[in-house]
Amino acid sequence: MAIIETENLTKRFKKVTAVDRLNLTIERGEIFGLVGPDGAGKTTTFRLLTAIMNPTEGRATVAGYDTVKEPEEIKKLIGYMPQRFSLYGDLSVMENLHFFADIFEVRGTEREERIRTLLHFSRLEEFQGRRADHLSGGMQKKLALACTLVHKPQILFLDEPTTGVDPISRREFWDILSNLHLEGVTLLVSTPYMDEAERCSRVGLMFEGKMIVCDEPEKVKGLVRGEVIELRPQPLPKAWEIIEGWEGALDVQVYGGLLHVFVEDGERGMRQLETLLASHGVTVEGMHQIRPRMEEAFVSLIRREQEDAAL
Amino acid sequence: MNSRIIPIMRKEFIHIRRDPRTLTFMFLIPVIQLVLLGYAATTDIEHLSTAVLDYDRTPASRELIDAYRVSNYFDINYYIDDEEELTRLVDGGRVRAGMIIPAGYSRSLDRTHKAEVAFIIDGSDPNVARTAFSAAQGVGQAQSVELIQEILGIDPEEQPGIEVRPRVWYNPEMRSANFMIPGVIAMILQLLTTFITGAAIVREREQGTIEQLIVTPIRSFELVLGKVIPYVGIAFFDLSAVLIVGVFWFGMPIHGSVPLLLALALLSLLTSLGLGLLISTVAHSQMEAMLLTFLTLMPSIFLSGFLFPIEAMPLALQAISYIIPLRYLLIIVRGIILKGVGLRLLTEQVIAMAIFGAAILTLASLRFKKSLE
Amino acid sequence: MTGEKPRLNDYAVQAVELTKKFDNFTAVDHIHFTIERGEIFGFLGPNGAGKTTTIRMLLGLLRPTEGEATVLGYDIVTQSEEIKKRIGYMSQRFTLYQDLTVSENLDFYGRTYGVRGKELAQRKEFMIDMAGLKGHEKELTKNLAGGWKQRLALGTAILHEPEMLFLDEPTAGVDPISRQAFWNFLYRLAEEGTTIFVTTHYMDEAEHCHNLAFIHNGRIIAQGTPQSIKEKHMKGEVLEIDCQRADVALAALRELSHFEEVALYGSLIHLVAQGVEGYEPLIEETLRQKGAGLRSMDLIAPSLEDVFISSIKEQSNLRGDLP
Repeated sequence: MAIIETENLTKRFKKVTAVDRLNLTIERGEIFGLVGPDGAGKTTTFRLLTAIMNPTEGRATVAGYDTVKEPEEIKKLIGYMPQRFSLYGDLSVMENLHFFADIFEVRGTEREERIRTLLHFSRLEEFQGRRADHLSGGMQKKLALACTLVHKPQILFLDEPTTGVDPISRREFWDILSNLHLEGVTLLVSTPYMDEAERCSRVGLMFEGKMIVCDEPEKVKGLVRGEVIELRPQPLPKAWEIIEGWEGALDVQVYGGLLHVFVEDGERGMRQLETLLASHGVTVEGMHQIRPRMEEAFVSLIRREQEDAAL
Repeated sequence: MNSRIIPIMRKEFIHIRRDPRTLTFMFLIPVIQLVLLGYAATTDIEHLSTAVLDYDRTPASRELIDAYRVSNYFDINYYIDDEEELTRLVDGGRVRAGMIIPAGYSRSLDRTHKAEVAFIIDGSDPNVARTAFSAAQGVGQAQSVELIQEILGIDPEEQPGIEVRPRVWYNPEMRSANFMIPGVIAMILQLLTTFITGAAIVREREQGTIEQLIVTPIRSFELVLGKVIPYVGIAFFDLSAVLIVGVFWFGMPIHGSVPLLLALALLSLLTSLGLGLLISTVAHSQMEAMLLTFLTLMPSIFLSGFLFPIEAMPLALQAISYIIPLRYLLIIVRGIILKGVGLRLLTEQVIAMAIFGAAILTLASLRFKKSLE
Repeated sequence: MTGEKPRLNDYAVQAVELTKKFDNFTAVDHIHFTIERGEIFGFLGPNGAGKTTTIRMLLGLLRPTEGEATVLGYDIVTQSEEIKKRIGYMSQRFTLYQDLTVSENLDFYGRTYGVRGKELAQRKEFMIDMAGLKGHEKELTKNLAGGWKQRLALGTAILHEPEMLFLDEPTAGVDPISRQAFWNFLYRLAEEGTTIFVTTHYMDEAEHCHNLAFIHNGRIIAQGTPQSIKEKHMKGEVLEIDCQRADVALAALRELSHFEEVALYGSLIHLVAQGVEGYEPLIEETLRQKGAGLRSMDLIAPSLEDVFISSIKEQSNLRGDLP
């Protein structure tokens, strides 16, 4: 049975429709990744599903409970980590954990044991007595996660949990999420990092309140039209201009000093590009075909959507 | 059931402990307020600076001046020589009153038993002027009576006439402090609690922690009670501090029952907590919460009878004063402390406070739930 | 040699033994580096490694405890006013006024640098165009989406045409499209001769810098071009493994504890070890036993993220304080 199910879920604010007829089904035990540009409606979706906000139209059930009629039942089963760091900065690590344990009525030896486990897996044991606002960014995120896990939630909602966190902490954080996943917890995660999206069992791409793609990462990447060629041209702006004007290019994306060119046929495209750029006096280093990553897929799909919207 | 209120309270105590500056303010403000109102805002008018222009310079004129001096109302600070100087002194605010004794005062008194003296009063502060006016007349009349007795050769003990003997109840010395301290207590209960409640909840919103709290199974009333009870504790601590300072420093007597006072104070907190909660649903920042509290503070101070008697206000304002909770609380607190009245005589006010509390708290809870959106 | 005071050298930044101590904690510990004019310099490190403290010293906001540094040839202690005139700074927290419009924010920052009148109008127009904010000039800043705010913040930082830009985590939490647009903007600035000092947590962004420095616990543990850092600081080779059940494979491979590092990159596993090819049979066997469904296994060139993590782990092991 689906653990999260929405039916034409819609939330309208004064001017904008933040979530627009969302139909989403998430199975028990999934890690579902929610991605999309800023303002696509991800945070609002989280708030609707965690029963903090009532929808304007449509409905949603979480673990079989209706978000409008039975919010209290849902709150017992879920953990939610909002986007903004939301622990008590003037409380210590231990005091924050105790506070949330008490709120969720986790008591006695169970409480002590649970907190010990959480401190261990978040590697915060040494910092028990430190005030939360004196922790580094990565540790704060881990503490926030530990606090939302204190009552062993079945479903975990994480809204951009790794934003502003360094790669090591980010990796540690995802290792923790993977362990939770193995323990059977269902996770719904939003993220601006596309490598994180690839670690999800399914990815939903939101744009202007609508879910435009929702599938396994492999299949999402498969939606990218054509094949991708990576090259390091010199000078880059000139090369970029030339390729943009070339009818063989489906899309051109710039990644720093690199260009990613989307073409129908990779082999042929490389040959054509080589001659094209050479004729304009552009030198090219390390041209090769690459497997499209989630990042390329994201940019390409959103661009297509924006172009459609502009028409 | 109440298990979730306690952790919130415990957390709130930690916040308070970690922020000693705010804590200090919460204790200092009422005490400073009390000292200021007890001393500075006193309406007792005595020792007015006075100048005397004595053209007569006789034993009789000096006797008159002495009569004014010993009355305690007037301090004769200046003996001057011409009227211009008097004008200068009054304009410059050095004296509030001036007496001009004309030349020939003593002679006229001897000849006709009649004499005139001019008494000038600075009327810019009507309160002061009124007191000076009646004091000046009173001293003059007393002098006249003595004169008549002397002329008619009457023994003062056997003088005919009606004597009015006013007796002042509750505050026989008519000391302002005794009137102010109960007022300050009422203010603390109402305004400090309103502000602190509003700010404490707004802070969770400002920090974004409210979002995390809402997704826990905590109920609105648990959150509110848990956050507010510690501050109620502090309000009661403040109240005791003010009572102690009032009794031991200002010598204010407490005529009524202290337990009754505390019980009714608790009742009044329903209103201020509700108001604070209501503010928290409107304000986005602690700053806004403070400004909104000030907004409720102004009418409370001026229309509740805290400083000015309600009976003396225009009818329209008197009508408005009925919806100001502080009005009732002031009657209760002053009644218990100064008059020693019991619950029976305060029924009307107690019912009013209860209705206010229930109404505001209900309204606030309804709005509070919605504002979580 | 322009300006009222002489420049001491031609580097964009030169830091010598730069150190900052707070009470009993050394945030920046005798660091040494130079930045050439016109380059994009990436300053990387875990949270709390000393990046922001270094920037603040270079900007003259904090006084170094020891050592010295010049920015654009001016001494950071004695000539910080000269520096402030010539640089732009974008801090981690957007320093925009939320209740001002896009246009008002630009006006304000332009005027604080003494840009006025026609010149201000011209540069504003250019900035709005470049940041892709055309048509949104009258919008309140708080109503802009994150990526736009960040481009506006950059716009305000470069309105006075600084010689050098300091950017502290400019792209944190920004979606990939906005990130691309932002970096394109930076590239154009660099090409026009602006020196850029940038901190980031995105390793793909780091790959695009001309030079890099890794800072950890206040010390620089690696510096050079992305390529040279990869060659010098990678301990072992990297094997990329593609499995049906990456989570199962990850747990199984970690259990073996033969490897320097086993980590997930998106849906792929990166395994680091010296002479990693020798382990291939063992890996195949393990994954088969656990039913992880091995699809492919390739020796790949390490990414900067591999190197970053490898060098920081090495440092931590030396000091005995794993993060």
